[in-house]
Amino acid sequence: MDLIINFLVAAIVSGTPLLFGTLGEILTEKAGHLNLGVEGMMAIGAIAGFYTGYKTNSVLLALLMSFAAGMLCALIYAFLTITLKATHNVTGLTLTIFGSGLSSFIAFSMIQNAENGVPVLDRSFTSSLANIHIPFLSDIPVLGKLLFQYNPLVYLGVVIAIVMAVYIKRTRAGLNLTAVGENPGAADAAGINVTLVKYVHVLIGGGICGLGGAYMALTIGNGSWVNNVVNGYGWIAVALVIFASWNPAKAIGGAFVFGAFSVIRYYMPTGVNLPTAFYNMLPFLVTAIVLVISSVRKKKKHVEPAAIGAIYFREER
Amino acid sequence: MSGVTTAHEIAIELKGITKTFGAVVANDNIDLDVKKGEILALLGENGSGKTTLMNMLSGIYHPDSGSIYIGGRAVTINSPKDAARLGIGMIHQHFKLVEAMTAGDNVVIGTGLDRRLRKKTRCAKIRDFSARFGLSVDPDKYVCDMSVSEKQTVEILKVLYRGARILILDEPTAVLTPQETERLFTILRKMKADGCAVIIITHKLGEVLEISDRVTILRKGRSIQTVSTAEVDAAKLTELMVGHAVDLSLERPETEKVPGMLKVRDLTVENSEGYNALADVSFDLAGGEILGVAGVANSGQKELCEAIAGLMKVKSGSILYRNEDIVGKSPADIIKAGISMSFIPEDRLGMGLVASMGMADNMLLKSYKDAKGPFLDKKPSRELAKVLIDKLDISTPGINTPVRMLSGGNVQKVLLGREIESNPSLLITAYPVRGLDINSSYTIYNLLNEQKKKGVAVLFIGEDLDVLLELCDRIMVLCHGRVTGIVDAHDVTKNDIGLMMAGEKPAQRGEES
Repeated sequence: MDLIINFLVAAIVSGTPLLFGTLGEILTEKAGHLNLGVEGMMAIGAIAGFYTGYKTNSVLLALLMSFAAGMLCALIYAFLTITLKATHNVTGLTLTIFGSGLSSFIAFSMIQNAENGVPVLDRSFTSSLANIHIPFLSDIPVLGKLLFQYNPLVYLGVVIAIVMAVYIKRTRAGLNLTAVGENPGAADAAGINVTLVKYVHVLIGGGICGLGGAYMALTIGNGSWVNNVVNGYGWIAVALVIFASWNPAKAIGGAFVFGAFSVIRYYMPTGVNLPTAFYNMLPFLVTAIVLVISSVRKKKKHVEPAAIGAIYFREER
Repeated sequence: MSGVTTAHEIAIELKGITKTFGAVVANDNIDLDVKKGEILALLGENGSGKTTLMNMLSGIYHPDSGSIYIGGRAVTINSPKDAARLGIGMIHQHFKLVEAMTAGDNVVIGTGLDRRLRKKTRCAKIRDFSARFGLSVDPDKYVCDMSVSEKQTVEILKVLYRGARILILDEPTAVLTPQETERLFTILRKMKADGCAVIIITHKLGEVLEISDRVTILRKGRSIQTVSTAEVDAAKLTELMVGHAVDLSLERPETEKVPGMLKVRDLTVENSEGYNALADVSFDLAGGEILGVAGVANSGQKELCEAIAGLMKVKSGSILYRNEDIVGKSPADIIKAGISMSFIPEDRLGMGLVASMGMADNMLLKSYKDAKGPFLDKKPSRELAKVLIDKLDISTPGINTPVRMLSGGNVQKVLLGREIESNPSLLITAYPVRGLDINSSYTIYNLLNEQKKKGVAVLFIGEDLDVLLELCDRIMVLCHGRVTGIVDAHDVTKNDIGLMMAGEKPAQRGEES
């Protein structure tokens, strides 16, 4: 019983960065933009968050910087695809390569200047990201452990997901966003500022991806920097968007399921001996399977924003 | 009709509007005005600049020079939002609706109006508007589940909801049955009575005469003349539109019919979404006959063409060509057997020709397989291209000029000409005159009649019911992929065909009317 609870808890903890990445990408795709640069934006968010935390010892600043860094990456993407009308796919791929490279580059100089060659966050910093403890609630058996004792960022992710779901479904701005992603021509004719809507959501989406990177950098190494910390999670997030059918609320479940696949190796019953490489591969294998199934399955109508990947130019004839 | 007190107040006035695209002058010094409570028809052939002009009013384009006055005040319109603010609403030919949203959501997107209104009151407001102008719209229905006519109604509601007092409709009747057109006209008359200014773009003369108060005629980007509708007839309008008098009658030569060229039995075809695009379609087509196919857009016309040409998988049923079933044969074998298809899609270049290749190379596309050896012999195709240029009066700088540089009419002549030159026994042609000017259209009709006289079986999928009625021997009507009737074109009325297009079997007509 304890094993199962521990497994679920671990799944949620390791699924959270996927949740951030998926949410960021959902917001981007809702605006009609396929940004394959999630991996790159997360990588930049990771180094920006860690470096800021390392230097300033402020969690808030670290998160803000990772968000800003993700937005900056998304700004490059947005400028190229919205203003200059470059192809979404190629631009996104380039952003991934650029982001991962720049992240390693900054990390390299950080490592060189660090004591013992290992940059470590201050203990006070890591402790403010430790699991919360709510008197009484956290002490409820089973439920308390499952629901009320994660680090604050896990709750931040869930809150963003719920807010985003309400925003898209229930607000006028969300309706305008959907219109832009479905049919920018119609949105334009209806008086919506298509360019502005696209910029705003692509940028905020990038910022949320950046937070996902920061989460990984700040929690995975127990305070010390881990090279290549994002490690392909950005790609899983892109696939998870499809799995969650562009619905932020469904993304919560999806992210935690995939989180489970990435930690399942530690919770296998004794006697099962599979090679480590298999476990490393597992989340990506499941991603591939999900993509195949969701492509083969008869598509539910109008789940995917219809104008995804389309370049909008008002005067085009 | 115009018993409104504001009838003589000018709602919108254009002076000296000019717009160029590169070297092409789309609008040249155009003047136009519309009064409140008036319906103005903007008449002109394709390429005469009607849509460009109206797009400048709706903020899609910006004029190079000239000025726009609304209610006597000079204005600049930089975006659709500006246009909406000035009370201009445009109903585009291709609807600007979000398919995945309900009618109600489509109406309110982009408006900053009544932010605090809850969904229920919003819907009530929409219903209110609907009642005032006689629009029937269910605000909770998804646009993707709507018929073309319903979608158009949503578009109209959308612009009215934004407070539009000047309405522009770009070819609104192109996709409607005659009955739906009548319903639209009723709505327009209500708006007129309400004091709105309405501009309707069309090239259908009958509609101009029926609905408009005045007509402004455009030709080659210039405003030729504005006339009062009561003082003109169809012949006069055509003359103004084309620049010279045109004989509008079509001949229908009597020929000897060779039965059994094509027999289609219970043909059912599934489209990519898994729905039956064609269901149990059966008909016969004889050599020396033109069978017209009528129906509103997307009633299965495209699938019918593609199924016969072997481009689409047939779910069940048979297609007998000279008593041989061709279902399952490859397109190449079907072409070899003498079936030729030319489909003119909406963008006019999508099918059949390679846009970036010249005429000569496009001719070669159809014949290169017949030659022996690995090398191309380009001589015959060059010859053929030259023959077509002479015969069909195609205007092109040369046989190697990419066909996308040609005007729409010339592209269509190239396509149809090539198909005819392959000497088919069965010619399938869909929308061959789509977007053509009157002269070119008549060239094409003559070509089809020529083929008919040669004993070719012609399946002619058309849009203009008047033409179908005059040109074809029989007319088959499709509705939602089903045949609602096959009638003799000599003794059927446009109204009957309209009813069949809307899905009523001819047998039931008595009770309805």
